[in-house]
Amino acid sequence: MLMLRQRGERFGKIAVPAVGIGIVFHLVSLVETASLHGYSELLTIRQAESALALIIALIFTVLYVRYRTASPAALIFPLIFLLTFASALSQQRTTIAQSPIYGGWIFFHVCTLIFGYAMLFLSFVSSLLYLLLSRQLKRKQPSSWTSRMPALQEIDELGYKALLLGFPFMTIGLLAGSVVAEERFGASFVADPKVLLSLLMWAIYLLLLYTRWSAGWRGKKAAYLASIGFVLAVCAWGANYLSKLHRFIAP
Amino acid sequence: MNFSVLGVNHKTAPVEVRERFAIPESRLPEALGKLTSMEGVEEGMIVSTCNRVEIFARSKDGECDLQRFVREFFGFSEGEYEPYIFQHESLDAVKHVFRVASSLDSMVVGESQILGQVKEAYATARALGTVNSQLDQLLTRAFAVAKKVRNETTIASSSVSIASVAVELAEKIFGSLTGKSVSLVGAGKMCELAARHLIAHGAKKIFVGNRTFDRAVSLAEKFDGEAIPFERLYDTVPWADIIISSTGAPHAIFRKEHGEKFLQARKNRPMFFIDIAVPRDIDAGLNDLDGIFVYNIDDLQQVVQSHLGDRRKEAVRAESLVDEEVRKFEARAQTAEVVPTIVSLQQHLETLRQAELDRVRGRLGELTPEQELAVETLTKGIINKIMHTPITTLKSAARDPESTTVIDVVRKLFNLRPDPKQESTPEPVEAAAPAPARPPERAPAPEAEAPALVKQIQK
Repeated sequence: MLMLRQRGERFGKIAVPAVGIGIVFHLVSLVETASLHGYSELLTIRQAESALALIIALIFTVLYVRYRTASPAALIFPLIFLLTFASALSQQRTTIAQSPIYGGWIFFHVCTLIFGYAMLFLSFVSSLLYLLLSRQLKRKQPSSWTSRMPALQEIDELGYKALLLGFPFMTIGLLAGSVVAEERFGASFVADPKVLLSLLMWAIYLLLLYTRWSAGWRGKKAAYLASIGFVLAVCAWGANYLSKLHRFIAP
Repeated sequence: MNFSVLGVNHKTAPVEVRERFAIPESRLPEALGKLTSMEGVEEGMIVSTCNRVEIFARSKDGECDLQRFVREFFGFSEGEYEPYIFQHESLDAVKHVFRVASSLDSMVVGESQILGQVKEAYATARALGTVNSQLDQLLTRAFAVAKKVRNETTIASSSVSIASVAVELAEKIFGSLTGKSVSLVGAGKMCELAARHLIAHGAKKIFVGNRTFDRAVSLAEKFDGEAIPFERLYDTVPWADIIISSTGAPHAIFRKEHGEKFLQARKNRPMFFIDIAVPRDIDAGLNDLDGIFVYNIDDLQQVVQSHLGDRRKEAVRAESLVDEEVRKFEARAQTAEVVPTIVSLQQHLETLRQAELDRVRGRLGELTPEQELAVETLTKGIINKIMHTPITTLKSAARDPESTTVIDVVRKLFNLRPDPKQESTPEPVEAAAPAPARPPERAPAPEAEAPALVKQIQK
């Protein structure tokens, strides 16, 4: 199963169509995997990583169509690359231990979280772009980069909407995971590093939403907070390899 | 390509001279009529704007005295204003038209008005029938070139006035300005101008604060806005997204601590301060606050300058685009000159073929349809083979400035009259015996023979 993601070396005329082609191949590959091994295949870590990459690439395309800007590419493409790369490298077909009772729950847990991660990543990217653009505007030196960017307020709204959309998915996904874990491991599951990191991340996003809603935090403060949230999200994702009970177990 | 252009523009003549040349719209038909009735002039068009008055013409043989037209139409004496007048002929005229339409000849390079003005002049001339063939093609081409220049360079994409830069920056911050509110602090002319620009781009609510309340009221009325007493200024400013300040106050009206309060009241939504007062109304420290953007008159001027610089850089690219288009136009015009010769050559040979066929038909006797077809194919095939190299040579000669020599030689060799429809005298040609017909569309004669033939023809 090869990941046929084509990536343009230079941003420009070839990069965007290349992303389009990449998405199509990627989708075909995911659907084929699912039809070969059933939907449970999505529960392997490599497929989850790959699905996340696909969603992020799709978001990029939507942004490109809507705002005619490829500037998020600088932040988005490396992540897509890392995700597909990691997914393509991992050899073992590990998956969460299946049992008929939890199967549906876990599938739900994985799907909502993948979507949640994608949205929160988008919100993180927008807050960085907001910061960069507002710095540029304050320095009062117009560049071709600024002229190609969407307006500051549009970036801001985009990030906020992504946050609003991503947060419920993240919450529901984490809840679903907790329910299953509670059933299987009892209350002690909270002590797991993965679970702790996830909860911390969730709290940061809650804080981000709250400060935005109550005080309208934007720009620097929001960007710092979002960066912390992003780092935690990466850690939580990475903690799959550390966690004892959230390990993807070979079937 | 007997195009000429004569005129005055902002580069060659001061306004006192230009206004003497100006032709109001009402007198345009008269001027065009006079121009095209002049000896030698086939087509004509006149562009008259505040920066330029230009007279375009196409003459029959490259001889037309546009100077005389100017003298007669405006009643100038011989030599009067001569130093201010420029004149271009043939390819230079083509290039000039392309440059004017693409706004490379404008005072503010890249401004879009000129294209509209040229189009208008073209429409008038067309309606009057003074532009109908080659000049029409030239203008149509010029509009296409202008479009290409706009699309392929960024010559016209940035703002180059203070007010439009302010609008551009506001749009960079807020996206669409629809429904945004604006606060004017001070009721000066510049304030009014900037506000007008913002409103034209969709800004809605306008607050006017001024030390003299009456002036605030009268300015607010102009924009259908709201006058604010100066004491309440600090309470109302947070309502506005864009603040334009131009008071005569000797010290800053808005300081950092004000900015902090504004942001708190607005839940950190961004604010855009435009300070056009000297001395400045807004403390530079305000710009350090997250979400507040302050541009003073120098900052705006700096953006204008950098945009102008960009335009100048882009203009170099645009010029080379125009040069390329001029070359293409020239090549096309020359091909057009060669076409009648090719057509008459083809017709001449076809007549010969028919005549010879008719002559031998009696001797051939009854032919089956297959044989008939074979004879047709054979004779046509021979003609096509013979014609191939001369036609290729003629076509490639069209790209050569000395093409007329080749055209003349071909005409002389085949005794072609200037009128392509003219019948030429058939000459006796050895009748080919009906040999087994070969496939007619064989590969044409090798290209390598062409240069040799060109040399022969040129000798």
